[in-house]
Amino acid sequence: MHQAEDTSISGKRGGFIKRLRARINSGDSWLSYDLADLAPGGKIDQDVLDELEAQLVMADVGVETAAGIIAGLQNRLARKELKDLNALTDGLHRSMTEILEAVQQPLVIPESDRPFVILMVGVNGAGKTTTIGKLANRLKQEGHTLMLAAGDTFRAAAVEQLQAWGERNDVPVIAQQAGADPAAVIFDAYEAARSRNIDVLLADTAGRLQNQKGLMDELVKVKRVVSKLDAAAPQEIMLVLDASQGQNALVQAQKFHEVLGLTGITVTKLDGSAKGGILLAIAGKLGVAVRFIGIGEAAEDMQPFRAGEYVDALLQTDATA
Amino acid sequence: MFDNLSGRLTQAARKLTGKGRLSESNIKDTLRQVRLALLEADVALPVVKAFIERIRERAVGEEVGKSLSPGQALVKIIHSELVRLLGGDHEPLNLQAQPPVVIMLVGLQGAGKTTTAAKLAKRLIDADKKRVMLVSVDVHRPAAILQLEMLAGEIGAMHCASDSSENPEMIMERALDESRRSHADVLIVDTAGRLHVDDAMMAEVISVHKKSNAHETLFIVDSMAGQDAVNSALVFDESLPLTGIILTKTDGDAKGGAALSVRQVTGKPIRFMGIGEKIDALEAFHPERMASRILGMGDVLSLVEEIEGKVSRDKANKLQKKLKRGRGFDLSDLRDQFEQMLSMGGIGAMLEKLPIPGNVDPGALKDMANEQQLKRQIAIIHSMTADERRFPKTINGSRKRRIANGSGMQVQDVNRLLKQHMQMEKMMKKMSRGGIKKMMRRLPPGMTPPGS
Repeated sequence: MHQAEDTSISGKRGGFIKRLRARINSGDSWLSYDLADLAPGGKIDQDVLDELEAQLVMADVGVETAAGIIAGLQNRLARKELKDLNALTDGLHRSMTEILEAVQQPLVIPESDRPFVILMVGVNGAGKTTTIGKLANRLKQEGHTLMLAAGDTFRAAAVEQLQAWGERNDVPVIAQQAGADPAAVIFDAYEAARSRNIDVLLADTAGRLQNQKGLMDELVKVKRVVSKLDAAAPQEIMLVLDASQGQNALVQAQKFHEVLGLTGITVTKLDGSAKGGILLAIAGKLGVAVRFIGIGEAAEDMQPFRAGEYVDALLQTDATA
Repeated sequence: MFDNLSGRLTQAARKLTGKGRLSESNIKDTLRQVRLALLEADVALPVVKAFIERIRERAVGEEVGKSLSPGQALVKIIHSELVRLLGGDHEPLNLQAQPPVVIMLVGLQGAGKTTTAAKLAKRLIDADKKRVMLVSVDVHRPAAILQLEMLAGEIGAMHCASDSSENPEMIMERALDESRRSHADVLIVDTAGRLHVDDAMMAEVISVHKKSNAHETLFIVDSMAGQDAVNSALVFDESLPLTGIILTKTDGDAKGGAALSVRQVTGKPIRFMGIGEKIDALEAFHPERMASRILGMGDVLSLVEEIEGKVSRDKANKLQKKLKRGRGFDLSDLRDQFEQMLSMGGIGAMLEKLPIPGNVDPGALKDMANEQQLKRQIAIIHSMTADERRFPKTINGSRKRRIANGSGMQVQDVNRLLKQHMQMEKMMKKMSRGGIKKMMRRLPPGMTPPGS
């Protein structure tokens, strides 16, 4: 995958990894800095593993997933494979990469299927509209023609917020009045996109908490209406998850997946998270593809998720980088 | 696995039965379960550690109260500590200042500041009859200013117009002028969401805050927030003189442990919580309710309190001693048992409060001993002579007819009661210790309250 990219993008990625490392370790940093403190004498024993488990929990990895990772390390410890800190870092690196690689599947937009419909869903304040803005910027640069559908007809000024992103990226936005049926808005947008031969339709929806049955049913209806126009659509149902949220993010992902059948997840606000451990929890328990991660306000701060570099950013110290 | 603390506690506390005193060693396992449950509820690890330490201190050496089992006693300590940590009583907003009183809302992106600004304004207008002006200094998020303006129109609050090309400090200054001129009682300032690690944005909010002369500075926190909530709250608290917290999106199914962390590290009261999508869905914060929610134990706790209040441990002890001395379980004892059940609202009321396992039909259980029936059975026993109660074997056919007549029941009912007594007597003989709690253990697993 890396070879496929031209040099300019690789150059940008280098910058992204650097920023990823800097942002994920900003504020109160964890593993890369703390690992050395875990075992001051360099000897790895049960106490060190217990402390490491606590660090993982503090990173929102979740009690269960953390216990799983530690259990693996315990086996290695029993086999005397964890002689020093390097071996521990290595072991941790391996188990984290293993969990995350399973969900590293980038979003691919095929030439044939158009319009390719991306339905964005998530709880209130997760960053759906902002993610659409950044995604639109990205897809446009990749040469796709785009259209946005203002499916959040509930929140005040949500339509205007999306329109602002549309203007910024020079992309048409299909909207109706506030309070309109979101399914109708997206239906109209689909028709418009098809008639204009648009490649990708990005559909915004109102934020909703996963336990609000009526609002979740509304999303099911949106999905059903879109699939009537094209059985394959929406090709992507993308959950936007706020990484600063705790274990409830996992509940969100499970519930949205159960109701809608998610095809991808974008994790936002990793720069303000407890080091993004929630990604491990979700990858470990749900296995839905993680498409993008966002680490800042700028459009280029959202990039495809790559397990290896993510774990590197978490674990590498300046010396080993 | 158990999905809440009450389940974990039931398991762990079972081992505590029979101990008269809580000790370091006998509560260790229970505290481990509490620790895990709190972590799963997103309470920050340092907060959990301090909390567990406090519980340990309070619990060790604690005499187990009159009618509580040791497990229940521990649950009570945990709950009351949680309530204490969350702030005890509700603390309302302080609006005692020269108008316009400035309330500033700060927090991370997506916490719900703009929505909360409108909800708070509506509450102040409707409940406190205040003249409220709203202003947004969020020049960063597209259409944020428009969102607040639209909400202001919806709830009938005044709005100070601003534009994203302006400097936030200038907007603040103008809003103060305008709110004075239009005689507003309260000016609510909505700020842009920002990360605590973003130094430039933090500097911006500090300078706006200085200009605002805010009387209340409220930190808006998402009830779904994770472990990092503790860090963001700390930085905001250090940067700005926070006066309170508003917890948002509590209508979700997050356990809301972040509330505990934020409250603990800032020491600032949680004033309100957002409870829904509607513009009036803002409630005063109740520590009690949040404590139960974090523990995930719902009504189990109120059941503990009921048992504590109503079951007389003394009577149970008397019976216990009697059985130990080799004396039988007679009909007066059976009546005491019935009365205990009755005072708790009968089995039916108890069942409603307990998590019923899927394979048990609650209806059948209720029939077994509904309130009406308990009363009738007590009436039958009341119609017996003292000797008959002590020596049920002496009750022959004519005595049965007399008892049935006296209690307005049929002879069959008397027979049924006597048979029930015989079964109970057998059961009691098998037990070394008696009382309602033992009887409850006979209920199918999963129906027993924690620590019984």
